[in-house]
Amino acid sequence: MPRLVSHPDEVKIVTKRFGLGAAEINRYVELGGYESAKKCLAQGPEWIIEEMKASSLRGRGGAGFPTGMKWSFVPKQSAKPKYVLVNGDESEPGTCKDHLIFLHDPHSVIEGTIIAGLAIGSKLGFIYLRGEYRYLIEIMEKAVADAYAKGFLGKNIFGSDTEFNIITQTGAGAYEVGEESALMESLEGKRGVPRIKPPFPAVVGLYGGPTVINNAETIATVPHVIAMGGAAYAAVGTPRNGGTRLFCLSGHVERPGVYELPMGYNLRKMIYEVAGGVRGGGKLKAVVPGGSSTPVLLPEEIDIGMDFDQVGKAGSMLGSGGVVVIDDTTCIVEFALRTISFYQHESCGRCIPCREGTDWLKKSLTRFHAGFGEAKDIDNIQYLAENMMGRTFCPLGDAAAMPTLGFVKKFRKEFEDHLNGKPCPFAKHVEIAMV
Amino acid sequence: MSAETMSVFSPALAARFDLLVEKYPLRRSALVPMLLYAQDEIGYLSDAVISEIAHRIGITELDVRNVATYYSMLRFKPVGRYNIQVCTNISCMLRGAYDLFDRFQEELNIGNKGVTPDKIFSLEEVECIGACCWAPAIQVNYDFHDELKPELVPGLLDGYRGRALAESEAKNA
Repeated sequence: MPRLVSHPDEVKIVTKRFGLGAAEINRYVELGGYESAKKCLAQGPEWIIEEMKASSLRGRGGAGFPTGMKWSFVPKQSAKPKYVLVNGDESEPGTCKDHLIFLHDPHSVIEGTIIAGLAIGSKLGFIYLRGEYRYLIEIMEKAVADAYAKGFLGKNIFGSDTEFNIITQTGAGAYEVGEESALMESLEGKRGVPRIKPPFPAVVGLYGGPTVINNAETIATVPHVIAMGGAAYAAVGTPRNGGTRLFCLSGHVERPGVYELPMGYNLRKMIYEVAGGVRGGGKLKAVVPGGSSTPVLLPEEIDIGMDFDQVGKAGSMLGSGGVVVIDDTTCIVEFALRTISFYQHESCGRCIPCREGTDWLKKSLTRFHAGFGEAKDIDNIQYLAENMMGRTFCPLGDAAAMPTLGFVKKFRKEFEDHLNGKPCPFAKHVEIAMV
Repeated sequence: MSAETMSVFSPALAARFDLLVEKYPLRRSALVPMLLYAQDEIGYLSDAVISEIAHRIGITELDVRNVATYYSMLRFKPVGRYNIQVCTNISCMLRGAYDLFDRFQEELNIGNKGVTPDKIFSLEEVECIGACCWAPAIQVNYDFHDELKPELVPGLLDGYRGRALAESEAKNA
């Protein structure tokens, strides 16, 4: 079972039931569970959406779209059924927070899904987990069955005349499916290839019906927002960035783990105090602040508050909360190569700039790292990445290009050190075997 | 499927599939889960598996293959009884995933996507499995092993080898 960590600076809202046996429904109820759903049932959709707007909760999948606003876009009247879709396809390298939510607090996901359903007037929600999370799917399936047995799901939820149902779904291995339109395609039994937008899912989504798609952490946060009140939740974070966030500290830190910290928490403090600093007292070289697709930050750039706006201003993204810490024993060219190899492997191939771009970037970086690079390759890598930006249906092309640009721009000297047949200065050549 | 005897699946899985296709607003929403659960039982997506799933959902075999080839967990040939998936993505790489992967290759004497001659193990380098804070992490079939060190590899393999032997003995008994 994954190790839980804790630190005095943590503000435990979403994680407050972790380690307390809340996967068991009676325990969840004993700890105050399902009270928020009952309250929402009594208060009605407008009240829910106003609370969500007041909370300034923003999407935890990476894009950071305000949740209340997203829900308000769903038309009240619809000829087709409306759906709630919970994105638990957690696949962004560096991110493992939903893993813990499904493990320790599955009912918070169910309760959040019910509330989203009440807000938009939907009778059916789907909770989609990546296929590798089989043991977590089994936990979710049991939790859903228990919620039906208690009458919290079904034709008359909590004894009301309101109906709400949940279906759990497994993926079968695909990063791309974490993109919302690809997720809907997968759930419709197709290849997970993205759809062009507009129309947006709030209008034409799953099975053609209006659909709200939220990250699992966002959904698990919803019952807490309702319990605390939107304004109180917002007050925990920074302006326009309500509440807390599950930060996944990984890589070269002394105490890796998932920590729940207020939005806007200082990144340097997060690394040096919360995660215990660079392992073995080593020297910090770089930080990937929000999952592998976010541009790298240098040690002198980490005195920033970790919220969507401040990290954006620093030229990167808060992304999915995966903070990957890199010490000075690491070859950045190799790190860039491993990153692009992933995106090359995961590109669905539909959009040419992404399909060709990721492939050429991988080829160039492989050759470059092996010591067969030329000076012009550095500019070429940058040129290739720049030409992928904004030219694809879904954000995978950008996700591959952005970190590459960051590595080339901020570590140009290290690229130059690999030139002219010199071996990698870190002398730890790694064969990237993925095909 | 009219009669269970015609199914390539066990009666339990066939019954599960009967329910699964009725669960969704559209039958083919059951496709991806069915492919994965079928693979779990049969070991891979054989022609017979694809044919039966196509029939159960009411789509062509070509359509099933088109979808199945998209997903990286789905495979079209058998692997070992225990498929070892070593994540080498960034968080795991930084904490020694390639040393771990090398150790597995040495201990098993197979390379990436190889299968041991006794068919007990297969080995695969995989992308992020969502265990970044507990790196380096691997999965053996669906079981996670977190914070694994190369020196723990022989013991881990012995454990699974023992399970495989016990399973085959139980089968023969």
